[in-house]
Amino acid sequence: MTDVLTEDPGRAPQRLDGPDKVAGTARYAFEQPVDGPRYLHLVQAGIARGRVTGTDTSAAEALPGVHTVLTHENAEKVNAGGELAVLQSPEVAFRGQVIGAVLAETPEIAAQAAGLVEVTYERHPHESTFGVDDHRAQSPDTSSPMVTEDLDQGDVDAALEAAEYTVDVTYATPPEHNNPMEPHATVAVWEDGELTLYDSNQGPYVVRDVLVPIFGLDPERVHVVSPHVGGGFGSKGMPHAHVVATVMAARLTPGRPVKCALTRAQMFPLVGYRPPGFQRVRLGTDATGRLVATEHSALEQSSRLAEYAEQSAGASRDMYVSPNRRITNRVVALDVPVPTWMRAPGEAGGMYALESAVDEMAQACGMDPIEFRVHNEPDTAPTSGRPFSSRNLVTCLRRGAERFGWAERDPRPGVRREGDWLVGTGVAAASFPSFTIPGSVATVGYADGYYRVEIAASDIGTGARTALTQIAAEALEVPLSAVRLHLGSTAQPKASLAGGSSGTASWGTAIVQAARAFRAEHGEHPPEGAETTTKSEPDPEAGKYAMNAYGAQFAEVRVHADTGEVRVPRLLGVFAAGRIVNARTARSQFAGGMTMGLSMALHEHGVVDGRFGHVVNNDFAGYHIAAHADVGSVEVDWIDEHDPHVNPMGTKGIGEVGIVGVAAAIGNAAHHATGVRVRELPLTPEKFLTDG
Amino acid sequence: MKPFDYERADDTDGAIATVSDDPTATYLGGGTNLVDHMKLGVAEPGKLVDITKLPYDFVETLPDGRVSVGATVRNSELAASHVIRQSYPVLAQALLAGASGQLRNLATTGGNLVQRTRCAYFQDPSTPCNKREPGSGCSALEGWNRHHAILGASEHCVATHPSDMAVALAALDATVVVRGSNGQRRIPVTELHRLPGDEPERDTVLEHGELITSVELPAPSVSARSTYRKVRERASYAFALVSVAAVMEVDEGTVRDARIALGGVAHKPWRAEAAERELRGTPATEENFRRAAEAELEQAESLRDNAFKIPMTRNTLCAVLRELTREDRA
Amino acid sequence: MDAEITLRVDGQRRTLSVDTRTTLLDALRERLGVISPKKGCDHGQCGACTVLLDGRRVTSCLTLAVAQDGAEVTTAEGLSEGDRPHPVQQAFLEHDGFQCGYCTPGQVCSAVGMLDEVKAGWPSHVTENLEEEPDLDDEEIRERMSGNLCRCGAYTNIVSAIREAAE
Repeated sequence: MTDVLTEDPGRAPQRLDGPDKVAGTARYAFEQPVDGPRYLHLVQAGIARGRVTGTDTSAAEALPGVHTVLTHENAEKVNAGGELAVLQSPEVAFRGQVIGAVLAETPEIAAQAAGLVEVTYERHPHESTFGVDDHRAQSPDTSSPMVTEDLDQGDVDAALEAAEYTVDVTYATPPEHNNPMEPHATVAVWEDGELTLYDSNQGPYVVRDVLVPIFGLDPERVHVVSPHVGGGFGSKGMPHAHVVATVMAARLTPGRPVKCALTRAQMFPLVGYRPPGFQRVRLGTDATGRLVATEHSALEQSSRLAEYAEQSAGASRDMYVSPNRRITNRVVALDVPVPTWMRAPGEAGGMYALESAVDEMAQACGMDPIEFRVHNEPDTAPTSGRPFSSRNLVTCLRRGAERFGWAERDPRPGVRREGDWLVGTGVAAASFPSFTIPGSVATVGYADGYYRVEIAASDIGTGARTALTQIAAEALEVPLSAVRLHLGSTAQPKASLAGGSSGTASWGTAIVQAARAFRAEHGEHPPEGAETTTKSEPDPEAGKYAMNAYGAQFAEVRVHADTGEVRVPRLLGVFAAGRIVNARTARSQFAGGMTMGLSMALHEHGVVDGRFGHVVNNDFAGYHIAAHADVGSVEVDWIDEHDPHVNPMGTKGIGEVGIVGVAAAIGNAAHHATGVRVRELPLTPEKFLTDG
Repeated sequence: MKPFDYERADDTDGAIATVSDDPTATYLGGGTNLVDHMKLGVAEPGKLVDITKLPYDFVETLPDGRVSVGATVRNSELAASHVIRQSYPVLAQALLAGASGQLRNLATTGGNLVQRTRCAYFQDPSTPCNKREPGSGCSALEGWNRHHAILGASEHCVATHPSDMAVALAALDATVVVRGSNGQRRIPVTELHRLPGDEPERDTVLEHGELITSVELPAPSVSARSTYRKVRERASYAFALVSVAAVMEVDEGTVRDARIALGGVAHKPWRAEAAERELRGTPATEENFRRAAEAELEQAESLRDNAFKIPMTRNTLCAVLRELTREDRA
Repeated sequence: MDAEITLRVDGQRRTLSVDTRTTLLDALRERLGVISPKKGCDHGQCGACTVLLDGRRVTSCLTLAVAQDGAEVTTAEGLSEGDRPHPVQQAFLEHDGFQCGYCTPGQVCSAVGMLDEVKAGWPSHVTENLEEEPDLDDEEIRERMSGNLCRCGAYTNIVSAIREAAE
C-alpha cells in the first residue's frame, strides 16, 4: 500500500464530506429538495395486543389541509409480512404499531390530524415482560442464517463438578435503543410508475430489494437515494414500517412528494432495539486457573410478530480454551416490537456477560485478570479447530496494561478513596468477527482527468466515503485528488449493506478488484470514457480461518461514596483489527464505539411498563445516552497487524469491536472501586448505595 | 398541536386582562416547557400571550438590601449575575445545574417556577394521569416511579417538581411577587407550590391569569454559607434524582441557623423543617447531621423503584452539611 | 392561524407567513430551506437544532417562529464566510469532531455561543469559584457542551477541537 494509507492520524486525509457537515449543508434524507411536498404523520396503536374495531377519521379528514387518512380499511394490499405488513389487517401486535397515517399539506396539520383519529379496540391480554427462568423460553429458528445451533462439547457438568474453582453468575441487560441522531426519515416520490425514495438507511439496495416485492414494482424503476445518513447503528439496516406507509401515501398522490420523519418517541417502538436478556455463565478452572468448563446460556426477548434471536451466548464459542463447552441461545416471544441489530449485536451483550464472569473467575482463582486471559488463550479456534487468520489479543492486553499502568494496580477491591470517590480500574477483552461479503459491484471509469468510482456503499458516519476513496486511489496508484467516488444511491452499482462492520472490507474489495480489472483492460493511460465494472469474488480463504478483530478495554471508574454516582474518567482501548485505512477516522470510530459502550454501561435502559406494553422513557430526557460531561479521556491505540487472509486490503471491521467489552471493563472497575459486583446494566447510582 | 392565537404583550395589565378573560389562554415565556407540552398534547392553549418583552428583565438590589429578580430574566443571565454569584451562590449553582446552556438561554425565572413535572406518564397522553386528566388514575403509583416522590405524595399523584432553581429559592426564603386582575400579592416561594393531595392537577396556588412578575431574595447574610448539590446519573443535562440546597450559619462549631430544601423528592421543593429544627443550636457533628436527616426522612415513603432516594437523600444531605460546616472552608 | 414575520437568517432578511404552531426550527428547515439546524428530538433534549438567536445559543425546536419576529438567526451555515469555515468549524475538521455529521451544526453553533459566554465571564456547573473568571479547561468544555448529544461518540474530538479554537 502506498502513502494514501497512513497510520499517522495527523497525515490521514480529513473526511471528504467534512466541510459540508460542519456547515450543515450535507443533505440528509428529509432535506432533499423536492417540489410541493405533503407530510405524513403516523397513527399508533394505543393497546399492546388485540384488534382495531373502528376508526373514525371524520374529524381528521374535516381539517383543512388534510389530504388522506390511511387506515387498514383503505390502504392498498401489499405483499409483506412481519412489521412491514403495514395497515394490512386490524390486528395489533404491539403498542405503538402503525395503525394509520395522515397525509396533509403541512407537518403541523398532519400531526394535529393524527391526534384527531378516533380508534376503538378489542383488547386482548398481552405479555411484554419476562423473567430469568421464564417457562416460555424456546429455541430460536435455526434455519435463519443469523442463528447458530446449540453447542455442547465434552461434559460440562462433570467438568464443573471436578473443577478446582467455579463461578456461576447471571448477568442482566435491558432493552437498548439505537437512537441515531438523525431520526428515520423517508421522502417518497411516485411519478409515472417510477418510485424515488430519499431515505435514511444503511444500504440503498436493501431498501429497494425489500420494497420491490412488497409493491410488485420493477426494480429498475425504483430509485433509492441516500447520500448522507445521520447514524444508524443497525436500526437503519432494514427498512421499517414508516417506509412502507410513506410509499403507500406517495402512490395515492402521483407527482406530489410525501415526506415522513419519525418522531424520537416513535423510534422506540418502530425501528428496532437491542433486546433485553439474561445470561447465565458458569465457568470452572483447574488449580492453575486453566478453564476446564464454559457454559453460556442466554435468554432474550423476541417478538411474536417476527422472530429476532440475539446470539449473545455465541460470544463464548471461540474466546478462551475450554475442553468442555455448552452454548445455548433461547428467546421469549412477547407482544412487543421486533428487536433488531444494534451495534455489535450478540457480542455487545454476550461479551459483557462473559468478560464480567471472567473477571469474577480470575478473582476466584486469585489471578490477575490479564494473566488469567493470557493463561486461557487458545492456539486455534476452540469450537471449529480452525487456525486464526490473525489473533493478537494478548498483544493488545499487554500493550494496554503497559500504557494504562496496570502493573501498579492493587488487586484488592474497595480500598482506594480519593476525596469522596472510590476509585477502581478494570479490564475486559473484545472480539468481533471480521466479515468480507462478496458480490458487491464497483465501476471504475476515466474522464476529464479523473477516475470515477461508483459503488452503492453507505457512509453512515463511518468515514466510508473517505476510506473508499483512499482505497481506490491506492489500487489505481493515483493521488487521492484524482478519484471521484460516488456512493449512497441505487444510481450506482449494487453493494452490500453497512452492517456487521463489513463495509470497508466488502466494498473496498470490490473497488480493488474493479480497479485491477480496469488497469488490466485499459492500462496505465486509459482513454477518455474508459470504464470497467466487476463484481467482487469471494475470498478463497474464507472458511479456512477463524477471522476476528480483537481488543483490550481498560477503564478507570469512580463511584461516589455518599451517592453512588458512577463516573468514568478514563477509557483505553487497544485493538488488533488488521490494516487501518484512515487513522484519523478509524480512531474516531473506535472511540465512538467505546463511548457508546460507556453509555451502555452507565445509562441506557428502555423501561418497559408491562401494564401498557411500551417503553415509558421514550425520549432523550428519559432514555439517557452519554453526554459530553460523562466522557472523560478516551484513548485509542492499535497494533500493527498484517492479516493476509481476510481480504486484499488486509482490513478487519472496526465499527463494532470498539463497543465490545467496554461495559464489562467498567463493571469490573466499579467492582474494583467498591467491592460491589453489580450484575445488571446499567450501573446506576442506586446499585452502589447501601442503606447503612 | 391545536391551532392557537399568539399575541405579544406590551403592557402587564393588558396581558393579565387577556389571559384572565380567556380560560384557554396562557402566558408564554421562554417556551422550553410549554412548547414541549403543546407538542406532546399535554397543554392545549387557545391563546398564548408572550410576556418576554414586558419590563421584567432586571436583577436589582433594593434599598433594604433585598434583591429583586424580574420574571423574564433568563436562567443563564441570572446565574451569571454578579450579585447572585457573590451573595446567593446556592441559587447560581442550582441554575447552572439545570438543563443545558441552550435551554438556560431561553428559560425564564417565572417559567422555571411554574414548569411542570417530568413524570413520563404525565407527559404521555396515551396513559392515565390524574394531573393531566383528573380522575383518570395515576400510572406512576404502580408503574415506573424511580424518579417519583418519597415525601408528601398522595394516592392520586406521586410526581416530583423538576426545578433546581426553585429548590434554592426555597432554602433562601424567597418571595414570589404575583399580579392578577385583583392586584398584586406576595407569596413565600415555599407556599407557591402545592402538595398533590386530591387535586394533583394544581401545581401551584396561582389562580388563572395571575402572572409572576418577580422574585425577591432576602438581604444576604454575610455569615451564611450556602451550596447546592444535585445527584443525577448523567453528569450533566439530567433532572435530579435528589438534590439539596442549604444555607447555613455556623458559629464556633455550633449551627446557628440552617435552611434546607430538598429537590427531586416531592411535588414541590421540600423545605426540610424537621432537619432544620434538629440542627439549630446543636454542634456541627456527623452524628447530628445524620440525626437531622433521619428526622426529616422519618415520614418518607417509598414506591417500587425509588426506595434508594431515602438513603441517597440522607447521604447527600449529610455530605452538604459536612461541606458547609467544614472549618477550613474559605 | 397564520402570522407574517421577518427574520434575519445568516445575514439575509427573510419575510414569511407562518402557522403560529411552527417552530423556529421548522420555519428554517421546511419554509426557508435552511437545513443546517437539524431535528434530532424536537423536544430540547439533544441540541441538534441549536442556532444563535440574537447571538445566544438556543434550541430552535422549542422556540415558536412567531415569537421571534424581528430576530437575527445564525446557523452553522452562516458562520462560515463563503468557502472559509469559521475557526470552530476548521477545528472540527482537523480534530475529526464528528462522524455522521447530524449533530454537528448544532455542536458548532453551541460551541461558538459557549465561547462567547466564557468570554463574558459566565460560570458553569463545574466552575470552582463562582466569583472568578472561569478557566476553560476540558471539564468546563464538557459541562458547557453537554446540551449537545452525539450518538456517534465524537465527544473527545469535539472537546479537542473546541480547546484549539478557544486558544
